[in-house]
Amino acid sequence: MKDPTLVAAGLLTLSAGTFAFRFAGPVLRQRITFPPWTEGLLEAAAVVLLAALVATTGLTKGHGFAGFARPVGVLVGGVLAWRKAPFLVVVLAAAAATAGLRVLGIP
Amino acid sequence: MSSIYRTLSGGTLRDIALACLAVWFIGLSYGAIAVASGFPLWVPAAQSVLVLAGASEFLFIGIVAAGGNPLAAAAAGLLVNARHLPYGLALPDMTGPGRPVKRLLASHVMNDESVVFALAQEDLPRKRAAYWACGLGVLLCWPAGAVLGALIGSVIRNTSAFGLDAMFPAVILALIVPALRDRRLGRAAAIGAAIALAAAPFLPAGLPELLALLALLTTIKIRKTP
Repeated sequence: MKDPTLVAAGLLTLSAGTFAFRFAGPVLRQRITFPPWTEGLLEAAAVVLLAALVATTGLTKGHGFAGFARPVGVLVGGVLAWRKAPFLVVVLAAAAATAGLRVLGIP
Repeated sequence: MSSIYRTLSGGTLRDIALACLAVWFIGLSYGAIAVASGFPLWVPAAQSVLVLAGASEFLFIGIVAAGGNPLAAAAAGLLVNARHLPYGLALPDMTGPGRPVKRLLASHVMNDESVVFALAQEDLPRKRAAYWACGLGVLLCWPAGAVLGALIGSVIRNTSAFGLDAMFPAVILALIVPALRDRRLGRAAAIGAAIALAAAPFLPAGLPELLALLALLTTIKIRKTP
């Protein structure tokens, strides 16, 4: 792991900032009105960020390609999630598919 | 707590319990992945209590494990958690005229699940009961899952053989699939993923995800039409 002090600093920054977001909403609600599109934009930003994270962590390792086993596993999970399979099934199937491919010698 | 049981219907309580169980399981995978990525137990344990927002914690772990700066990871996590601000704007008062400590706790237990359950109820007493039941349930289940997952994860040595590295993207994907069914969001997410992948070979960890936010421009364009 990186320098523990730096990790702790990042962790506390994230904690304090997140609490500030949670606390500010109810306070602001009593004082001002926000344009309605702001909420949609924030939600879209979160989804885009997370989708980008799925792509990078699912397909890359360092600055290169992670190999086929992991993205295939994630894809299996994604298809199951799209078909509304239970969360437990999605996650276990993704891990099992990736592990299965590696048993067959595909990295 | 007893007033929660009197106010809410059995069906709502059961749904909240199921949601908390799901949170517990995500916590398990979160703790296991954090330890498998090389973090000591205290990192997922402290985050699960202090941050209490799963997606941003996964993001933080993922960026730092990939070699990113923890402060940049915190910034990315905060971007994900900015949605809690509009949550607070959308909700009616969840505490009422009460002690400041209760108000602080009410803010901390604000999460996707507690907000969803509160909004689904019809009147203010039920909204408050559902918010607190789910919020406190997540406050217990998320750290409990994370710590247990970290303890289990530290036993497993060869995580790639078990396909654990596929669990993290699968977890995130499962969480955003409902949002991806929206055509506008789905397209923005696909463009954002493509931008991040194109940038990943050249940029340091964490930045490709932030660059993906350019995909939001496709959503704004539509919104400007009256």
